[in-house]
Amino acid sequence: MVTAGIDMGAKNIKVVILEDGVVKSRAMATTGFEPAASASKCLEQAAQESGIEITAIDHITSTGAGRKTAPNVNSDITDVGADAKGIVHLMDDVRTVIDVGAEEGRGIKIEADGKVIDFAVNEKCAAGAGAFAEAMSRALEVSLEEFGQISLKSDKTIPMNAQCAVFAESEVVSLVHAKTPKHDIAKAVHDAIASRIVSMVRRVGINEKIALVGGVSHNPGFLDALKRALETEVVVPENPDYIGALGAAIVAGERTK
Amino acid sequence: MKANYGYMDGSGEFFITIDTDLCIECSDRSCVDACPAALFEIIMDDYDDEVVAIKQEHRKKVKYDCGACKPVSDRPPLPCVEACKPGAITHSW
Repeated sequence: MVTAGIDMGAKNIKVVILEDGVVKSRAMATTGFEPAASASKCLEQAAQESGIEITAIDHITSTGAGRKTAPNVNSDITDVGADAKGIVHLMDDVRTVIDVGAEEGRGIKIEADGKVIDFAVNEKCAAGAGAFAEAMSRALEVSLEEFGQISLKSDKTIPMNAQCAVFAESEVVSLVHAKTPKHDIAKAVHDAIASRIVSMVRRVGINEKIALVGGVSHNPGFLDALKRALETEVVVPENPDYIGALGAAIVAGERTK
Repeated sequence: MKANYGYMDGSGEFFITIDTDLCIECSDRSCVDACPAALFEIIMDDYDDEVVAIKQEHRKKVKYDCGACKPVSDRPPLPCVEACKPGAITHSW
């Protein structure tokens, strides 16, 4: 049986194709202004890489913020449900998933079978999402990759008092003017994002083991800040951006049976 | 499952929590009609259970949409909480 999951994220679309529960291919494309067209191209790319015709896919399930706009899908599932399924498939001992994407943060408490116990989603506060780190890296004139790395060099704790991304940017500019080293500012930004995410995750309660997924999990500075804020270990699975798409593909398989 | 709909920002945490395990058992769903701002809708969740959820278009502004039911003084019981017989709805603020 061949299934596919399409994660229609705010910034990127991710596709995973599964054959009998085994990942055959993955593909990613920028969402852009035409999400449906981008999703079709991304699916074609994944199909090409797997050597499987799109017509041979038995069931396609979409997820993510734009899941209702995905073309030619058979069903959809919430991003919360997809994350839970995806992570348990890869790491069956994970009980809390933290998903930080470009514009949203999610905290999900799960059961051993990947069923969601409790969840909280913050779709509004940019100060708790990847877009904020990206904007701050631009303000410091470093690449996003470098932004994550340099923050690990800092051993200072600079509190950011602003609760909003716009005002936090003003604080960053003030720190720049005060000749604060870039690595200290980068750490302050990551600490601020982590503090907002942890506050949301604590709403649903934290059961170990904790996994971080989503695009922001590639940022080592944020991962370090999250571990310090939670005071516990946080694991990052392989291909953390694709967990939602993987979960959707698994659900597609369950819905075909 | 406790589904938290809402957000947190610089002014606080604004979540409406729906305990779907309690909600599933309710045949009445009178919360949907009780809310003067029409925040609630009945959906089929990921596990094919019919439950009440907050409409997508309201999730980023619950603080404001619920404002009329939360005057600063003489705060009456919330219509949605009153109407929810299983006690599945709670507000964080």
